[in-house]
Amino acid sequence: MRALKIKNVKKSFGGVDILKGIDIEVEPGQFLILVGPSGCGKSTLMNLIAGLETVTSGEIVIGDRVVNDVPPKDRDIAMVFQSYALYPNMNVKKNITFGMEMRNVDKDEQEKILERVSKMLQIEHLLDRKPSQLSGGQRQRVAMGRALARDPGLFLFDEPLSNLDAKLRVEMRTEIKLLHQRTKTTVVYVTHDQIEAMTLGDRIAVMKDGHIQQFGTPHEIYDNPANMFVAGFIGSPSMNFIPTRIVAAEGGLGAEILHGEQNWIFPLQDPQGKLQAWVGKDVILGVRPEQFTAAEDDEPSYDCKVDIIEPTGPDTLVFVHLNGKEVVCRVHPKKAKHPGEIQRLTVDLTKAVVFDPKTEARIL
Amino acid sequence: MAKSTRFILYTVLLIAALFYLLPMYVMLTTSVKTMDEIRNGSLLAFPTGISLEAWGKAWDSACTGIQCSGLKPFFWNSVKIVVPAVILSTMLGAINGYVLTKWKFKGSDIIFSMMLFGVFMPLQVVLLPMSQTLGWMGLTESVWGLVTVHVLMGIASTTLFFRNYYVSIPDELVKAATLDGAGFFRIFWRIILPLSTPIIMVTFIWQFTNIWNDFLFGVVFSGSDSKPITVGLNNLVNTSTGVKEYNVDMAAAIIAGLPTMFIYFVAGKYFVRGLTAGAVKG
Ligand SMILES: Nc1ncnc2c1ncn2[C@@H]1O[C@H](COP(=O)(O)OP(=O)(O)O)[C@@H](O)[C@H]1O
Ligand SMILES: [Mg+2]
Repeated sequence: MRALKIKNVKKSFGGVDILKGIDIEVEPGQFLILVGPSGCGKSTLMNLIAGLETVTSGEIVIGDRVVNDVPPKDRDIAMVFQSYALYPNMNVKKNITFGMEMRNVDKDEQEKILERVSKMLQIEHLLDRKPSQLSGGQRQRVAMGRALARDPGLFLFDEPLSNLDAKLRVEMRTEIKLLHQRTKTTVVYVTHDQIEAMTLGDRIAVMKDGHIQQFGTPHEIYDNPANMFVAGFIGSPSMNFIPTRIVAAEGGLGAEILHGEQNWIFPLQDPQGKLQAWVGKDVILGVRPEQFTAAEDDEPSYDCKVDIIEPTGPDTLVFVHLNGKEVVCRVHPKKAKHPGEIQRLTVDLTKAVVFDPKTEARIL
Repeated sequence: MAKSTRFILYTVLLIAALFYLLPMYVMLTTSVKTMDEIRNGSLLAFPTGISLEAWGKAWDSACTGIQCSGLKPFFWNSVKIVVPAVILSTMLGAINGYVLTKWKFKGSDIIFSMMLFGVFMPLQVVLLPMSQTLGWMGLTESVWGLVTVHVLMGIASTTLFFRNYYVSIPDELVKAATLDGAGFFRIFWRIILPLSTPIIMVTFIWQFTNIWNDFLFGVVFSGSDSKPITVGLNNLVNTSTGVKEYNVDMAAAIIAGLPTMFIYFVAGKYFVRGLTAGAVKG
């Protein structure tokens, strides 16, 4: 396992800046997730780490070596690609041993490694098959086997599960997590799926337009999003963004909320006084769906007319309108009302966040 | 499909097939007839006996100008030109296609566009500069001169074939092999080339047919002992020593065409497959 440091890395293709100064530090053995919408430069960053492209400026450090000028094969890394990139003309065995052959590992050693890896991934019975004779999940395993045979200091995964169907994806996700716990190798894992990001990562870097929007643990990212983009990207269903105005309320400040004829003030806790400058101004209030729940019978409540409901099994998503904006609430199925009925809601505002509507930066 | 439609369809197809086969039939039957039979019978009449005399004459004793040794020397000249020219132009096309898709560099797209232009360039345009170039290279009037011409002229289309095939091979394959520690040539030999059989076949047939059937370059750039078979056939047919020997002419024409037919026969199925199929996935 190796540490990875990316220092102010920039990359442009033909004058177009794709990565605009990326800084990331990963400790040995950590599982780093790069997450962001398609086209934000995740694969480009992976290719830079792997050495398949050269950086325009900045530094990449693997272990204690600056690897900017080290060719890919000498960087002590292995990569699993989205399309698996298995060699179609070679059988599974050859696919796994090709790299060792290139590195002149002796034959006995190759056999030993092949045996260990194929056992670990349960692909022993597939060794003589060509990639075209494998199912998607099996190809995925072989691709991982090829990477494992390398026994690298750093694993790179570029959207390895995005070509699998939903069920298989969940299975492989668990398997990758187990594998990481077993090998303790440092991993950089690209995905655009925020659930994968939350479940797998020790650290998450949220990317957009060539910038790191936020870098932190899954909890930090979820509970303390740095801006509206991160808040909206991580979490499913997404955080509710309610346009509102900061007003003075009894004992502090609050957000003005209208629902039909009703007019409420959601009290906000602001111990550091960050909202003082925003009194009377428009802001965006961010509240996650699970913070809106059904009120108990004896609890004060916000009574809202239900637009539609979406039962998911464990919860029912209830859609209402606040300040003219659609808001999703996560309600216990037994308490969920039907469309057109009134849902008695309560809201936990301790984790509510407030954004500047213009810059989308976090205020509270 | 209704029976009647099917019947009409097959009739049309049959007529079309006959239409194409008729000249073939006339050539084959005429080539095994004797001159007497040709003079007295109809063009379409079935031969009364099979005489291979005309074939023998066309092969090694018919006159092509002042020299009377049949098509044999021309045939071997063509073989000596076609084999290296096809192999070289196919190899160069493969390497070019590989570089232009998997090892792009600044200006590689411009180079490709310029090569595309080469595919559509009329052959006549290059005659004079090419003859000058061959002179400088000391290859005038030789078999190797013609090989050079055909290789140079073939590169544009072979590159186009291979490039278009290789764009459908995922780049990630090359990236994976690079990470595995393989370099430029090893990736080519071990990964790209084994995936190229269909397009190699297409290029092979295409180049073989073009070069074997070439007449223009053969006439312009060959010397007295490096003339290809097309020139030989032309000379044979145009050399008149009294009577016109149709049976010999026909036999000679078939001999000139046999190798390309043979190639299609052997590798033709790959041709269609290679033109329609992209690279193997997964
Ligand atoms: N070799 C390249 N040449 C030019 N542009 C590229 C190249 N590779 C990637 N890009 C551009 O960089 C941007 C980011 O691509 P990529 O890193 O693949 O995004 P992601 O993996 O996050 O979906 C895209 O707009 C893409 O068009
Ligand atoms: Mg990508």
